Amino acid sequence: MDTKTDSSTRSRFGALGTSALRPDGIPKVQGRFAFSSDAWADNMLWGATLRSPHPYARILSIDTSPALKINGVSAVVTADDVPGKLTYGLIASDQPVFARDFVRYAGEPVAAVAADHPETARRAIAAIKVEYEVLAPLVDAEEAINPSLEKIHPDGNVIRRQRIVRGDQNLVGDIVVEGTYEIGMQDQAFLGLEAALALPDDDGRGVELFVATQWLHEDQKQIAACLGLDTDRVRLTLGGVGGAFGGREDISLQVHCCLLALVTGRPIKMQYGREESFFGHIHRHPATIFMRHHADRDGKLRRVESRLVLDGGAYASTSSAVLINAVTHVQGPYQCENATVDGYAVRTNNPPCGAMRGFGVVQACFAHESQMDKLAEACGVSPVDIRLKNAMRTGDKLITGQVVESVAPVERCIRETAALPLPAPLPESPDPLEIPGGSGLTARKSNVRRGVGWGVSIKNLMYSEGFDDYATARCRLADGVATLQFATAEVGQGFVVLAQQIARTVLGVDTVLLEPITTAIGSAGSTSASRQTWMSGGAVDGACRLVRERLFEWVAKKNGLDPIRLAVEGTDVVDTMGTLRIAVEEATRGMTFDETFEHHHRPTEELDENGQGNCHVAFAFVAHRAVVDVDPELGLVKVVQIATAQDVGKVLNPLAAIGQIEGGIAQGLGLAVMEEIVLRDGKMRNPSFTDYLLPTALDAPEVIATMIEEPEPQAPLGAKGIGEPPCISVTPAIVAAIRAATGRQLPRTPVRPQDIVFGP
Amino acid sequence: MSNEFYALQVNGIRHEVRDAWVGESLLYVLRERLGLPGTKGACEQGECGSCTVIMDGEAVCSCLVMAATAVEADITTVEGLSSDGEPTDVQRSFVNAGGVQCGFCTPGLIVAVHHLLDRNPSPSDLEIKEAISGNICRCTGYGRIFEAVRQARDARTTDTSGGE
Repeated sequence: MDTKTDSSTRSRFGALGTSALRPDGIPKVQGRFAFSSDAWADNMLWGATLRSPHPYARILSIDTSPALKINGVSAVVTADDVPGKLTYGLIASDQPVFARDFVRYAGEPVAAVAADHPETARRAIAAIKVEYEVLAPLVDAEEAINPSLEKIHPDGNVIRRQRIVRGDQNLVGDIVVEGTYEIGMQDQAFLGLEAALALPDDDGRGVELFVATQWLHEDQKQIAACLGLDTDRVRLTLGGVGGAFGGREDISLQVHCCLLALVTGRPIKMQYGREESFFGHIHRHPATIFMRHHADRDGKLRRVESRLVLDGGAYASTSSAVLINAVTHVQGPYQCENATVDGYAVRTNNPPCGAMRGFGVVQACFAHESQMDKLAEACGVSPVDIRLKNAMRTGDKLITGQVVESVAPVERCIRETAALPLPAPLPESPDPLEIPGGSGLTARKSNVRRGVGWGVSIKNLMYSEGFDDYATARCRLADGVATLQFATAEVGQGFVVLAQQIARTVLGVDTVLLEPITTAIGSAGSTSASRQTWMSGGAVDGACRLVRERLFEWVAKKNGLDPIRLAVEGTDVVDTMGTLRIAVEEATRGMTFDETFEHHHRPTEELDENGQGNCHVAFAFVAHRAVVDVDPELGLVKVVQIATAQDVGKVLNPLAAIGQIEGGIAQGLGLAVMEEIVLRDGKMRNPSFTDYLLPTALDAPEVIATMIEEPEPQAPLGAKGIGEPPCISVTPAIVAAIRAATGRQLPRTPVRPQDIVFGP
Repeated sequence: MSNEFYALQVNGIRHEVRDAWVGESLLYVLRERLGLPGTKGACEQGECGSCTVIMDGEAVCSCLVMAATAVEADITTVEGLSSDGEPTDVQRSFVNAGGVQCGFCTPGLIVAVHHLLDRNPSPSDLEIKEAISGNICRCTGYGRIFEAVRQARDARTTDTSGGE
């Protein structure tokens, strides 16, 4: 009956499976959509943050009095003014609201001010006198493992170590290939800078915060603890979010902004500039990964060995989860029975690192895919054949012992990617914009060499290791109009349109209103880990189904029928065994049905000391083929085309899905050829969009994508999360293509011109 | 200084800016003083294009323009592209083609694309890429944005070709 309902409503525009248009689209193109940086209140002050210039130093004294003397400055706060807990953090509470004794990274907050104008605030910050005793920073992640080294934080220098020991530990393959790979520090570089507006309650014992974040309830909990307030006295509303990609999962300005509001009794607006944004949020972990692959002579993978070191920077953030993702995905989407893996996430005086799209798996994938190409070469087979030979299937065991119960169409991903057409060769006289170097007019066509490379990946969906990251949604149906409420952070991905599609499909309504996204309803969990379509989608679906049950009961009662006979068809309630057909709008006139639903995924386990355990919920797979043009003498690269086939479960909105795929590919391209935060002695050298390069329209390759639809039985809507896979294996595919074009080894990403020109 | 003011001509309306610090950028004044927050700031260096406005027929980064130096200019922001509140052809094509995700880069892109199509109604695909290469989008990978511009271009070309 459900199938019948689904197929008859599928074509109705706005329902699931259609390219329904997002409800915030028109306001966004007209400039009317309110981002958190657009929030404004009467009588508001501007907040600003003083940050440490040193990666590691002891604070000897802080003198705020010169700042307070400046006309227009209302308050200066430091660690001494924090009324509650002095630290926060997503997993471990190890990061100070303001540094008190030590600063542990360049850019760490030391004080904040409130003033009548952003420029006054900037001057006030400059006037605060901080006396530091500068210490030698610990900036080498490998060094941080050394237990004899002085601890730079009371929690120690190793944030987490996790081994995986499985199968034969002494197996040596007929073919053995190894390598050490490096991944640079990438920035999320969301366009909408961190911004918030805090409104203090009249009684001074509560605060309301409009903020761009990925997880309202987690922010609420951490803010309340630091302010020493009951959680319900901190109320959050999602301000419009200008992208996130993991960079808004941690606290940035939330506590500072609320604290200034409570201290001054006035609304506070805080907004980072681009440079401060680089200091104010976490980044993708740089990593060094050694891998040794053992295989039979024909290329059948028998054992992987790996040692991974992830630089977590000064504070833990989500480093332990990132590490677990890296170590548990290091085999890639391939069958492998034996593994010896040792992974570290360490603390240094570098900028803190945490979640970014594909967290942990991006790093592991660069290593295992580089290895698969080495293995292919050593076995004398093609990159495609080596991957097909080892492709994982549903029912296979991971190196953690977990059985992959998810649909696992790895072979299809590879074959369907391979079937996509290759791009045309460069024309006889190409436009300079079409060759490496672009408008710089530097490369000559005769020097340009083309290369093709492959990458395939596996990515876990949702949170792991026993964490119950449930999602809540409420549905109200009255007079033919559905109203949905959830705390799911809409960060650009389009959950708002998906939620409407679900309600239209389940309830047969056209009009679906959305309540503001606030903490007034239960948590939706974080918009991360490719989890909201599954989790919040499941919650909205569940709430709508509960409402539909109530509706059927009501219609059945009125018509003397058994509710089990009823179904929604298009916009009608129909009796599947009779003739009754009544419009949902008609059936709900004067009635209100109101239900709330929590969606939980199946439980997961923590890993044991040997890295064994069912720690992940589900998996998604993808293959990428990259075609690049390279000028080997100048070290310039143009990514010409990316072909991809992605395991999506089910396409719920084709337009939104291709947007995720193309967007993820661009970020993976950035990590392959241009994006890196450059550090020297713990200090960022390029915290600006002039020096941290992002892909532009001219860097965007042609993307041809196939979406593989094999509905996932575990997933409430049959759909897997699609946000992360696009950015994971595209990076090693591009680097492999550059290797193919140049013959260079390129063990490091991003590939820099000097790596191509002078590298081994 | 409190009685001093300067005036800006924005979207056909004269605005007086009073009691302002002379160092304020046009972006800041539009957003914080004139109630026109549609123009976005994301880099303060003219690299990302989020703050693009039209000044005397040229697309400029309003973060790089001192507001007080723009007194003689005719300024159009994203809010002023349509006179009747209805979305323009370019605005509609961005929504229909999936060119909008988080939407933060969108106002700047919309202004840049209007500027492009007003000067060159039938740009080639490469001309489109070049014209918007100063506008960074972090969400879409540009694919759906190209599609949006192509749709707007093709619609304009079709509309005008009948009369030729």
